[in-house]
Amino acid sequence: MGWFKNLFKSKEEKQKAKKMELGLKKTKEYSFQGLKHLLETKKKVDDSFLNELEETLILSDMGIDFVLQYMESLKKTIKREKITDVDKLKSFLFDTFYSMYKGRENEKLVSASNGPTVYLFMGVNGTGKTTSIAKLAYKLKNENKSVMLIAGDTFRAAAKEQLITWGERLNIPVIYKQDGADPASVIFEGLRSAKAQKIDYVLIDTAGRLQTKINLMKELEKIYKVIGREIDGAPHEAFLVVDATTGQNGLNQAKVFNEVAKVTGVILTKLDGSSKGGIVLSISNSLEIPVKLYGFGEKAEDFDVFNIDNYLYSIFNGVLFEEENSE
Amino acid sequence: MAFENLTSRLNMALRRFVHKDYLNEKDIDEMMKEVRLSLLEADVNIQVVNSFVNDCKQKALGEKIMKGLNPGQQVVKIVSDELTKFMGSTESELILEDKGVSVIMLIGLQGAGKTTHAGKLAKYINKNYNKKVLLVAGDIYRPAAIEQLKTVASSVNTDCFDMGKTNPVTIAKEALSKARKEGYDVVLIDTAGRLEIDEPLIQELKDIKKEVKPSEILLTVDSMMGQEAANVARTFNEEVGITGVILTKLDGDQRGGAALSVKKVTGVPIKFSGIGEKMDDLEVFYPDRMASRILGMGDILTLVEKAEEALSEEESEKLMKKMMDGTYNYNDLRKQLKMINRMGRLSGLLKMIPGMSNLSQLKDVDDNALDFVNVIIDSMTPEERRDPSIIAMSSSRKRRIAAGSGRSLTDVNKLEQMLEKQKKAFKMMAGMDEAKLQQAAERFQNGEIRGFDPNYQSHGKGRR
Repeated sequence: MGWFKNLFKSKEEKQKAKKMELGLKKTKEYSFQGLKHLLETKKKVDDSFLNELEETLILSDMGIDFVLQYMESLKKTIKREKITDVDKLKSFLFDTFYSMYKGRENEKLVSASNGPTVYLFMGVNGTGKTTSIAKLAYKLKNENKSVMLIAGDTFRAAAKEQLITWGERLNIPVIYKQDGADPASVIFEGLRSAKAQKIDYVLIDTAGRLQTKINLMKELEKIYKVIGREIDGAPHEAFLVVDATTGQNGLNQAKVFNEVAKVTGVILTKLDGSSKGGIVLSISNSLEIPVKLYGFGEKAEDFDVFNIDNYLYSIFNGVLFEEENSE
Repeated sequence: MAFENLTSRLNMALRRFVHKDYLNEKDIDEMMKEVRLSLLEADVNIQVVNSFVNDCKQKALGEKIMKGLNPGQQVVKIVSDELTKFMGSTESELILEDKGVSVIMLIGLQGAGKTTHAGKLAKYINKNYNKKVLLVAGDIYRPAAIEQLKTVASSVNTDCFDMGKTNPVTIAKEALSKARKEGYDVVLIDTAGRLEIDEPLIQELKDIKKEVKPSEILLTVDSMMGQEAANVARTFNEEVGITGVILTKLDGDQRGGAALSVKKVTGVPIKFSGIGEKMDDLEVFYPDRMASRILGMGDILTLVEKAEEALSEEESEKLMKKMMDGTYNYNDLRKQLKMINRMGRLSGLLKMIPGMSNLSQLKDVDDNALDFVNVIIDSMTPEERRDPSIIAMSSSRKRRIAAGSGRSLTDVNKLEQMLEKQKKAFKMMAGMDEAKLQQAAERFQNGEIRGFDPNYQSHGKGRR
């Protein structure tokens, strides 16, 4: 038990966790106060404590199935270790989360060994696909990579203009066609052009689609196939963009998108609000899809790679540990 | 879908006390646990769930046993009734000024669907209220948001006002003065998406509100939202003050418990729901349908209706009497239609009536005819339902009913005529001897007298 205390030995690791913590500041302030309060006020592990814990977790949108599973696992531990004090339970609270998060070994972004690396962005309407593309493009550009954007959303009014505006701001080429064009054909041409120009990273925007729209999901399947035919091993990442406010439908989204295009990672957006995006724990647990990136503001730099250790650490800092202040 | 519906959940719980005629408090607690889980699966906010379940429990403890229901089914009925009551039983109308220019603001989080719904709402207002709308581009932050609204506006043939990246308060003010000068009826302001905890941007909304004094501030809420829906709606309401909610993206497979949370914490009505990507995909919000969706309880309604059947015999006798003495009104019409509806689809039903089966036009019978009757009657005041003559005498009442139901004036008139014809037919029948009655029945079959016209087609927009 208690492996977490040794987790952040290196200074570098600690700084990363700090950065994430800043991004999650609002999340912590608004949502995990309940957990903090609970752990501070209750001394005994009893039914009332466990019920309150359950409620706090449900409030974070982890999903009822996940929470029930968590509670069951925790109760087993309590029985096995004969825990009666809340203080003694703290590290197990953390460990149980950790063991239920699956897919963490695939958390790193995949790149092509040669030729363009292709990232596909998918999701339901209004989750922040286009903004996430812009933010990742900005990040890659700062790492001195050449980047190209493809406007695969030919449906929504002014979707391509939104991407073009970002392209201009970041000085990155954007491939697009007229509204209503076949998205697969825009993408096909974009990929050709990226290969010819030896672009390092190609980021593909797609129209928002609810997973219940069969025709739109078929369209996505076609897009996915076209990408694979054009570039071997592509898309190297197929991201599902999930809004942090999403409830349990997030799991349905992940399941259905995963059926038509193998989802390699989740991008969790709008984490600067009061929502905590708990549904990603449920997604990772049942589909073994990790969160790879997260967004926490409107500026291009409000974006970073996700790391579950840091996420849990920043959530639990001050709850399970003595609060550590920035150095 | 992964969710179990409430009925199957309760049935599981019920197996334990299947032979009991009544349930004690502990049994009810068992069942309430299932109700609670079912609501949590639907993403209803946990605090809302707790208070709701407590209400249901109190109700269940005090309830008399209803004929035709076992205790478990009775609990389902209580939950379903409470939920419907909770959501509000009727649809809500849009508030527009009688004179001058009405201002509507659309506000909400990023990605909730404000711009799309600005377009849908413009089209809706134009079509159903016959008013001239000016769309206003108040989102100066998101790249290409103005472009998006312009494109949306032109697709619904509505004018769009923008001033580029000027202060949104100025934009709103200028838009209103343009509307006054150029004879627009409604100014519909699209605002930038913002977090409810973003103080400068919330202040901006307050400033716009102060400047243009909107008659409606509609919060757009993504129906896929989870637990936070309650806090988000509460904060927007406390900070800015909202008059209604548009629930968007309801064409997905989420149960949409957010609707319940939002209604509970704000108390304002949900007025519209977005049900697709096309500009026509906006519906007046029906609270009762949402209640059944949240519970995942298609079959619960059947169950409850079956129980109500026990009452219907008594009902039909009363109805008969009212038909004969001429006091038949809209409430009775609705009851009658409900009874018919209970027996199955209208087209199927008519085919079973002797002499009707070979009428060629039967295949065209619109089963949704009943829906539109309900929609119109829902928009009447209780007084109007009791006394049809006050509608007949007032064209302003008719206009209001048409607007509220989202139907045309012609539809309302047709419904009125339908009721009058039925009353006439009943009156005639009441004064007839047997031979004459026989004759009348034949004339009825030949289509010379029409009571409830099975081929009544609505001219309003199609219902789903």
